[in-house]
Amino acid sequence: MAYQKVEVKKPLPLIVLPYISVIAFFGLWEMAVRTGFIPDTLLAAPSTVVQTFVDKLSNINPDGATLGQHAWTSIQEAFIGYGLSLLVGIPLGLFMGWFKVVEGLCRPIFELIRPIPPIAWIPLTVFWFGIGLTGKVFIIWIAGIVPCVINSWVGVRMTNPTLIQMARTYGASDWQIFKQLCIPSALPMVFGALQLALTYCWTNLVGAELLAADSGLGYLITMGGRVARPDIIVLGMICVGISGAIIGFIIDEIEKKLLAGIRR
Amino acid sequence: MNYECGCDPKLKIHCDNVSKTFIQKGNQEVPVIRNVSLDVMENEFLVVCGPGQCGKSTLLKIIAGLEIPDTGFVTLDGQPITGPGPDRGMVFQSYMLFAWKTVRDNVELGLKLRNVPANERHEIAQHYIDMVGLQGFENHYPHQLSGGMKQRVGIARAYANAPTVMLLDEPFGQLDAQTRMFMQKETARIWEQEKRTVIFVTNNIDEALFLADRIVLMEGKLPGTVKTEYVVDLPRPRDHISEALLKLRKEITDNTELVL
Repeated sequence: MAYQKVEVKKPLPLIVLPYISVIAFFGLWEMAVRTGFIPDTLLAAPSTVVQTFVDKLSNINPDGATLGQHAWTSIQEAFIGYGLSLLVGIPLGLFMGWFKVVEGLCRPIFELIRPIPPIAWIPLTVFWFGIGLTGKVFIIWIAGIVPCVINSWVGVRMTNPTLIQMARTYGASDWQIFKQLCIPSALPMVFGALQLALTYCWTNLVGAELLAADSGLGYLITMGGRVARPDIIVLGMICVGISGAIIGFIIDEIEKKLLAGIRR
Repeated sequence: MNYECGCDPKLKIHCDNVSKTFIQKGNQEVPVIRNVSLDVMENEFLVVCGPGQCGKSTLLKIIAGLEIPDTGFVTLDGQPITGPGPDRGMVFQSYMLFAWKTVRDNVELGLKLRNVPANERHEIAQHYIDMVGLQGFENHYPHQLSGGMKQRVGIARAYANAPTVMLLDEPFGQLDAQTRMFMQKETARIWEQEKRTVIFVTNNIDEALFLADRIVLMEGKLPGTVKTEYVVDLPRPRDHISEALLKLRKEITDNTELVL
């Protein structure tokens, strides 16, 4: 059934409202710093941040790398860790949802690890891997795997029990039911995990870089603090926000494409 | 293929003193059916009729092998039933189609599970899709179909698996009155076309009278027991409001305190 899309025109004030709020936000911020209402040692004005942004595109001082290099470090770490957490977490969760043996073996350990904030692993990872890429990937992997396992697991558990009975009346084996019924049923939940895990990964990446790193966006923020440069701190924060949003958007698009492909 | 009804009927299914009790949370025992004995002949259209919550669906699930009785046993062709099998095809009230598969793929489910080669599978599926009148909808997805059409897919899927027994669990319970009557006519037509042993569960006495060779009435409270049976010896195709059918309906209603 194809429904004709009905275009609903928004009234003009509703369209301009978001722009007004953004302009007002940055305007007030700029004013507050310019007039000295907030001292520039505590917060940088948006215009200063833009200057720093342009400067940091090519200047490696004072933190040892350009903005692009920091962003690349973070994105690299995030994607390796994220990818590994999907690769391990989703199959593990799916198996835990259907096979009682896997659930019995893995659940206690998973429940033990789950409540530990991933950042708490940092001191150990520094012992194990130093402050390079591997340690961060490990932290991100831990962070991302939790939502992957939980969503896939719950997704399989929510498979309609009457559908399972139906499949049994057709002589389907446990493995056939798992493959042809439970996994397709769980897919919407698994896709939910893609976004959720990304958010977890990105947040914990920056956290990990704040504490143990020699480059990356989180490291940039820390260094901004050490050299008392609020403009660098704010720049780092904005970059983390914007890159997170962009990655989220890309994953969202991939998810839509995948779902459409599966529906077809 | 064509058996003349009545001459030398062969026993197909035999339920012997079947009882089932479910344990609810809090260890509360709920007896669902008690001491149900039932014989079904080959190619007979048996309707198990009773109000909601009388254990009739549980009885059907036991015959399907999805539930195991606490006491008693069920045999199919003399062999005890120990679990579900392709010799029994089940049609569910809520259709139970794979939402992510087309009509054809849904109908092919049982064949695919048994590794029937693709071209043979298509041929069989097409035969039953045509039989239930869904030609032209092979590549549609369930969400594009009406309730009646979805249940046709469910019926075609069960038939395609070549069961000798069809188990229908209130298959038209979710349909509107008009579609329901139409589906009853279709069911009668399909059964005449491809004779199978049918056990059809319903709470609707008119549906039972329209379809059945024999009606088994179940008591309206738990645990369910067989109250009485009626042989419906009326010519087919039947008419819902023919005098003979209405007369039998009145007789059944007068002889039972059940609200039918």
